Amino acid sequence: MSEPAESHDERSLHWLRRAVRVPYFWLLLFFLTPFLIILKISLAEPIVAQPPFTPLLEWGAAGFEGLRVTFSNYAFLFQDGYYGIIYLSSLKMAAIGTLLCLLLGYPMAYYIARQPPGRRHLLLLAVILPFWISFLLRVYAWIGLLNNRGIINEFLLWTGIIDAPLQMLYNDFAVYLGIVYSYLPFMILPLYANLERLDLDLLDAAADLGARRWQAFVDVTLPLSVPGIIGGCLLVFIPAVGEFTIPALLGGADTLMIGRVLWDEFFVNRDWPVASAVSVVLLLLLIAPIMWFQRLQTREHEAAR
Amino acid sequence: MSDPKTPALVRIEGVTKRYDEVTAVDDVSLEILKGELFAILGSSGCGKTTLLRMLAGFEHPTSGRILIDGADMTDVPPYERPVNLMFQSYALFPHMTVEQNVAYGLKKEGLPLPQIRERVAEMLAMVKLGPLAGRKPEKLSGGEKQRVALARSLVKRPKLLLLDEPLAALDKKLREHTQFELANIQYQLGTTFVVVTHDQDEAMTLASRIAVMHEGRIAQVGTPGEVYEYPANRYVAGFVGNINLIEGRVTGHENGRVTLRADTLDAELAVACDGGASPGDEVCVAVRPEKITISREAPAGCDRNVVKGIVRDLGYFGDQSLYRVRSKSGAVTQVSAQNLRRSAKLTVEWDDEVYLSWEIGSTILLRT
Repeated sequence: MSEPAESHDERSLHWLRRAVRVPYFWLLLFFLTPFLIILKISLAEPIVAQPPFTPLLEWGAAGFEGLRVTFSNYAFLFQDGYYGIIYLSSLKMAAIGTLLCLLLGYPMAYYIARQPPGRRHLLLLAVILPFWISFLLRVYAWIGLLNNRGIINEFLLWTGIIDAPLQMLYNDFAVYLGIVYSYLPFMILPLYANLERLDLDLLDAAADLGARRWQAFVDVTLPLSVPGIIGGCLLVFIPAVGEFTIPALLGGADTLMIGRVLWDEFFVNRDWPVASAVSVVLLLLLIAPIMWFQRLQTREHEAAR
Repeated sequence: MSDPKTPALVRIEGVTKRYDEVTAVDDVSLEILKGELFAILGSSGCGKTTLLRMLAGFEHPTSGRILIDGADMTDVPPYERPVNLMFQSYALFPHMTVEQNVAYGLKKEGLPLPQIRERVAEMLAMVKLGPLAGRKPEKLSGGEKQRVALARSLVKRPKLLLLDEPLAALDKKLREHTQFELANIQYQLGTTFVVVTHDQDEAMTLASRIAVMHEGRIAQVGTPGEVYEYPANRYVAGFVGNINLIEGRVTGHENGRVTLRADTLDAELAVACDGGASPGDEVCVAVRPEKITISREAPAGCDRNVVKGIVRDLGYFGDQSLYRVRSKSGAVTQVSAQNLRRSAKLTVEWDDEVYLSWEIGSTILLRT
């Protein structure tokens, strides 16, 4: 390679390095900074003032007097069993919702991936289409459907299948329905991306070696789609744990989800430090599965080498 | 091995496969004998892969039947056939180790574990992969993958092993080596092999018999020698090896010998022929480049099969030289000559006027 070409390469590499840094700046600005602010508030005490918490740095007449840090908010979270129950309940509801999405999304993704290319794109478009309407509107629409006087109940009453309206709204059923409905595309897309790449020769090879169709699925398709399953599950599970809109609109009074508690602490109790502590703990709970997935991927990557 | 007493293992009876408008395989009938290494040779799109997939059970013939060892296999699914296929892509399971890949077929058979272990170890030893048993396919070289694929398809002891372009993914050196290894393994096991290939060298060196396929039909079946020296038609003659095709008009027919006039070469040719050819018929004769003698002097006492021309191209390969000789009319004849004597100087050079001659027995009369 000649000299000028090399310097050209180096220059483009330099630009590449800069471009790579952009997402980091983005993360720093819009993720780390708000997190640090929340972390700071979670270490403060609530006061009746504006803003409603004590400052981190104490300034006296003689200038800087020291840090004012309290862990009482975290201690409160752990002492009061209420929060533990809600965390567990949120994790449980998100987990069940994720499982339902997986059970429903896998066959759909599989079906789409086996269609001829033209139809595949049409079906994928249909999966993504709901995103063109506001999420809030779509959740609201379910109220109209599930209501005691809603379309479904009216229809069932009219046909005579039931003679009293079914209570479908303001309970866990409605929340699960909302989660599955809202997050299904996030399950289907990574699964589709994975299943579409599957080398069909492998299924023929399994059949050739004596596997029936379902055996070939269990032995080949399923294990090779594990990265897609994990990816889809994380994409559903993580936002579902902290979900606020769905339990707030569709859930009942007894639907315990951390998103609503967070809302209540901030806006009803105006206890910003406890609310911040709740969200910091939630974040830590959610980082664990992501780190686990990351480790799994790097391990697989290393094994591939 | 084309001994008529050897029983046929595979009988393909009038098999046709149509996809919508396209006829991929058109009324093919073939017999493949027990223990032979049979090659199906053809260019891409000739239907050979479709035929192979029908033997494996992945495709269902539109009409006709396939019998293996006397049993009608037409409606038997792939997982119940005594047939295994080595895929062109090898199709190794990427999430399984070499050992697990090879053991897969036996597990599906429901064999007890100790027996599986024993047979897998035996197979891996045969393809010399014992030390790599614990590796994943992505950590193997192309040649190693090929051997895993072979081991995996042989471990179930199929009556028939199908190989789809088994050497296509290997580089040239490895291909030559693997070719002999494959033939060796086939000889050791006595399993019937059917190799599908587009590579005539591969078919010639590997197979005991070759079926040449063209546009969904069988153009010729025979030993490599038969296919090369006695091609049944123009397509086979042109597809297998190099050949000079010469158009001519029959001038006489006597004593099992046809004489003809080839205007393009400005020559009288003669060819052995028993069948009916009458004066005036337009025919085509063919002669292989290596059957032609090239010299600067006119061959003595011979007036048939002598062509005059000028050397236009000369390719020197060390062991042999390839000449392209142009006649007055512009027709080019290829000649290859072994360089039997050690000499840095060529006896025939560019632009030399030369005489080409060949024996009557070397001339092939092609009717179609």
